[in-house]
Amino acid sequence: MMDFTEEQVNRYSRHILLQDVGVEGQEKISKGKVLVVGAGGLGAPVAFYLAAAGVGAIGIIDGDVVDLSNLQRQIIHFTEDVGRPKVASAKEKISRLNPDVQVTTYQTLLTAENALEIIRDYDFVVDGTDNFPVKFLINDACVMLKKPFSHGGILRFDGQTLTYVPESACYRCLFHAPPPPNAVPTCSQAGVLGAIAGMLGTIQAAEALKYLTGVGELLTNKLLTFNAKTMDFRTIKTKRSDKCPVCGAHPTITQLIDYEQAACDISDRKKH
Amino acid sequence: MAKITVNGKPQALENPTTLAQLIEQNNIIQPDMVSVQLNEEFIQRENYATTELKDGDEVDFLYFMGGGRG
Repeated sequence: MMDFTEEQVNRYSRHILLQDVGVEGQEKISKGKVLVVGAGGLGAPVAFYLAAAGVGAIGIIDGDVVDLSNLQRQIIHFTEDVGRPKVASAKEKISRLNPDVQVTTYQTLLTAENALEIIRDYDFVVDGTDNFPVKFLINDACVMLKKPFSHGGILRFDGQTLTYVPESACYRCLFHAPPPPNAVPTCSQAGVLGAIAGMLGTIQAAEALKYLTGVGELLTNKLLTFNAKTMDFRTIKTKRSDKCPVCGAHPTITQLIDYEQAACDISDRKKH
Repeated sequence: MAKITVNGKPQALENPTTLAQLIEQNNIIQPDMVSVQLNEEFIQRENYATTELKDGDEVDFLYFMGGGRG
């Protein structure tokens, strides 16, 4: 049993008041370890809300520095952070928001070489990346390590997310392989409404907190998609695929792959 | 005339239609990049042309969405 100080009881009182969470749930959150891959549009709100919630250990991996064009949506970085490593900027804000949180930073890209080693230490992984090679890498590494994760993708006015736990449909069940490099326009060309990152990131943060506390039903075997122009939210039921190359009956992918860096979006351009 | 649902919205089919034809009719650009579910089962690409749609079918086109970090 964890002994919360009076200050902590006060800080987390709105969680503790929740019948489904309570002191026990807050203890689980406070002992939880979550890895956030990417300190950008999605990673920013995810890291902020997990920090506010008092997640015990947050890992952040990102090799980039803050660019002025990031600030339209990456709310954990401020104007004076431009040029600073994103992980350093994020760590500072998290610590200022909640000194209870132990932050570990990895100023690098997630690769086939380091993924298993880094992910192994965490209870839950949040995909806040902007490119398919790393999205597939996170998926494959998490399937191999039987590690739950939240997939997230945003583009223009749309977002999509699913949660994986061992035995549920994985990202590869839905999308077998990354799109070929240069087959699709890049994120920076396509653009994104900044607030979409917050909409999707907070869903991912909620999934991480639900996983840690065991409250509710996760977005497993489902793909949640939304469009901010119409504010239509849809949950598409999915199933684990027997033919999935990584989690299916006869997996062909048994080790991690560094795909060539690919462009980052494709969607039905005629819609909306 | 078959009435089907495409990404949650009703669509009426005038003629017998295969999944491959439906993809064409919906003007999906780069269909290679889209995953297709029919009644919650993923359909392999090679079967699009031979999969006939019937009344009440639910089709979902799932798109890659890659943004987030950058």
